[in-house]
Amino acid sequence: MTDILMPALSPTMEEGTLAKWLVKAGDTVAAGDVIAEIETDKATMEVEAVDEGVVEEILVEAGTEGVKVNAPIARLSGGTEAKAPEPKPAERTPAEAPPAKAAARTEAPTKADPAPAKRQEGERIFASPLARRIAEQKGLDLSAIKGSGPHGRVIERDVKDAKPGAKPAATAAAAPAERRGETRPVQSLQQMGIPEGSYDLIPLDGMRKTVARRMTDSFRDVPHFPLTIDLEIDRLLEARGRINKMLEKDGVKVSVNDIILKACAVALKRVPEANASYSPEGIALHHHADIAMAVAVEGGLITPIIRKCETKGLAQIALETKDLAERARTRKLKPEEFQGGTFSVSNLGMFGIKSFGSIINEPQGAILSVGAGTKQPVVRGDQLAIATVMSVTMTCDHRVVDGATGARWLEAFKALIEEPLAMMV
Amino acid sequence: MDFDVIIVGAGPGGYVAAIRASQLGLKTAIVEREALGGVCLNWGCIPTKALLKSGEVYEQLHHLADYGLAADKPRFDFTKVVERSRKVAGQLNSGVGFLMRKHKIEVIEGTARLEKGTPAPKVVIAQKRGGERTIQAKHVILATGARARTLPQIGLEPDGDRVWSYREAMVPKAAPKSLIVIGSGAIGIEFASFYRALGAEVMVVEALSRILPVEDEEVSTAARKAFERRGLKFRIGATVKKLTKSKTGVAVEIETGGKTETLEAERAIVAVGIVGNVEDLGLEALGVKIDKTHIVTDAHSATGVPGLYAIGDVAGPPWLAHKASHEGLHCVEHIAGQPAKNLNAPIPGCTYANPQIASVGLTEAAAKTAGRKVKVGRFAFRANGKAIAAGETEGFVKTLFDAETGALVGAHMIGAEVTEMIQGFALAMTLEATEAELHATVFAHPTLSEAMHESALDAYGLVLHA
Repeated sequence: MTDILMPALSPTMEEGTLAKWLVKAGDTVAAGDVIAEIETDKATMEVEAVDEGVVEEILVEAGTEGVKVNAPIARLSGGTEAKAPEPKPAERTPAEAPPAKAAARTEAPTKADPAPAKRQEGERIFASPLARRIAEQKGLDLSAIKGSGPHGRVIERDVKDAKPGAKPAATAAAAPAERRGETRPVQSLQQMGIPEGSYDLIPLDGMRKTVARRMTDSFRDVPHFPLTIDLEIDRLLEARGRINKMLEKDGVKVSVNDIILKACAVALKRVPEANASYSPEGIALHHHADIAMAVAVEGGLITPIIRKCETKGLAQIALETKDLAERARTRKLKPEEFQGGTFSVSNLGMFGIKSFGSIINEPQGAILSVGAGTKQPVVRGDQLAIATVMSVTMTCDHRVVDGATGARWLEAFKALIEEPLAMMV
Repeated sequence: MDFDVIIVGAGPGGYVAAIRASQLGLKTAIVEREALGGVCLNWGCIPTKALLKSGEVYEQLHHLADYGLAADKPRFDFTKVVERSRKVAGQLNSGVGFLMRKHKIEVIEGTARLEKGTPAPKVVIAQKRGGERTIQAKHVILATGARARTLPQIGLEPDGDRVWSYREAMVPKAAPKSLIVIGSGAIGIEFASFYRALGAEVMVVEALSRILPVEDEEVSTAARKAFERRGLKFRIGATVKKLTKSKTGVAVEIETGGKTETLEAERAIVAVGIVGNVEDLGLEALGVKIDKTHIVTDAHSATGVPGLYAIGDVAGPPWLAHKASHEGLHCVEHIAGQPAKNLNAPIPGCTYANPQIASVGLTEAAAKTAGRKVKVGRFAFRANGKAIAAGETEGFVKTLFDAETGALVGAHMIGAEVTEMIQGFALAMTLEATEAELHATVFAHPTLSEAMHESALDAYGLVLHA
């Protein structure tokens, strides 16, 4: 008898939703058969059987949320030992996660100095007796102190060197990096005056939770500012027409967005300070422009990545974006296809949006929001003329990309968009 | 890559680390050159406890009248006493084998050495069944343990006949009539206590100014008195100049405060500390830092050589099985990327002589040296109802609290069952309890543990039964 265990589809996965069973009790399976689909915060993945045997029992019903990694999900007869099935795309078990990295991440907060933490009024504070005693003696507000003990318990060393006067409201923003993933407790709709029964409730799926968490963290913790510039894209549109005529026989069609991605990559090589990430150890200047593009999918959005975009030709970029977007919509992306990236592009031009400012996709240093290209009156010399104008907004992480850096990048980008031939130089 | 983790040495550090590694989903192998369970299970903690129990029961037989009982001429069969001890060790050894199978840990019998490799050194094993096998993993944990320190230049070297280490002392053919124990740490004192219980004339030689030098001074003093009442003899502050052997026994020349003296006995036990097993592992070639005889490690037991860790005795003092296990668990959890538990867990120490001695945290002297003002509480078992009923009124409980914060900073006990009771204080310290929680805890009556409560109360002038 073999227990089939909930697989870890990525190194950080702790739980997932068992979306669908493709087998039922009594079915015979062979190694490699797809037996179930698992939905994580980012993607849906197929789970293959590792052993052959007969499915004796389904232990976790389809649609169950929050199934812990390594929990038994079904029982197979004929096997010999408990094994986590091989997930098709992505890493296999937590054991194969890069341990040093994982350890470094989990440890970082514990080494931090006493950091303030926000708590709701009346919320129970977990603190050791000694920590309470010392806090009382020093006049410290325990609710303002982040605990480094088990389950966030405040222990002696958290208060030993803390200075009195640390108030949560005043200092909460001081050490945001230490407390990722905790969002302000949301009041219930009833508390906010919306009666129950007056709406339909859509449960939060993994993707929605991830979007909520990552966007909240980023918007709250990253000091961001927007820079907007207008671009004339008539030459770009003309170039695109000629390129597509050339590529017609290959069945490849380059979109305006593909050219924007390429221009972003080239501009990032010209102004490498904008291709950066903030980390406590220092500012990472990325070697390549890995451009993430926001793709709207049912129930959320995902940002697949064109790796080393600066090295790729437009035809290849067009093929990759098409493939990634399609697989994003069917939630078939592998984690490595949407995790990472050094710069993002979000395009709402097709919806007629004139301009907008996106939220930074951490740990990237900037994101470009692309509006619609529309014919507009422009002034050339003292003459009125007509041009197709597109407005773009770059949201910058001020910790790595200062205003002048962002402006220089936009200048470089504008030059490439307004004269696409410059990308050849 | 053959494994996620390879552990060298299957003592209480290594095998416990292997179990946790397996629980965390890591593919694990463990290499052992001798016996699963290491010194602890086979030649240390466990078999000595079996011997000491025999000694304790035998000693009790001489005090039956105190309990209104009588038996004619208590005797012992030394061969059977040793046999029982070996059986106990054997049972636990096979228990470890079962645990390794249960957790699907590959056990490789043989002697390991390391060679350069990435991401961690390669492990080359001269297998017991013959042949060499080289395996690789992402992480290698050295848990090779330690052995008795010897000083051959002055004759302090076990010969298996007249001069014993802990190992020979555990399986002699006959109980010695007279014995000199050199060293009064836990190992020396336990053997001295055991052989004295069986009637041997025992002399303990200690170079420092008191016995059980790591314990609180009050405990050392009380222990010495208690042992002397049982007929143990001591030479304190005595340096061994030379040990010489004859056909019938040993002669140990000692110097105490400028005066020399020659002690004679049938056998001698050398218990002058231990040295880490760092040889023949290829550590020098890898650039592993070794301080005297132990491997230098950081808070996560990393050696500084990528992928190589060291835990337990080989990584330095305190040389205790539970310290090795604790380090092993922490090291593996760190490897698996688990968050550190961040408990400032103090390591208790126990000596299973009669009476027992147990302690955790700082001694009074250490607290003073560290510049901490402490409040001291004491409670003697002679005022404890359960102790009186059991006829075990020897000893006391001493507690130390930080005078400013009330944190329990140390606890020191001597008396019956204190090696069990110490866990209460260890838990209190791990949870960062202050005197308030210890005062507020309800202790069952009648128990010896009530003395713990009273001691904590005494530190604040609130003792009830004294």
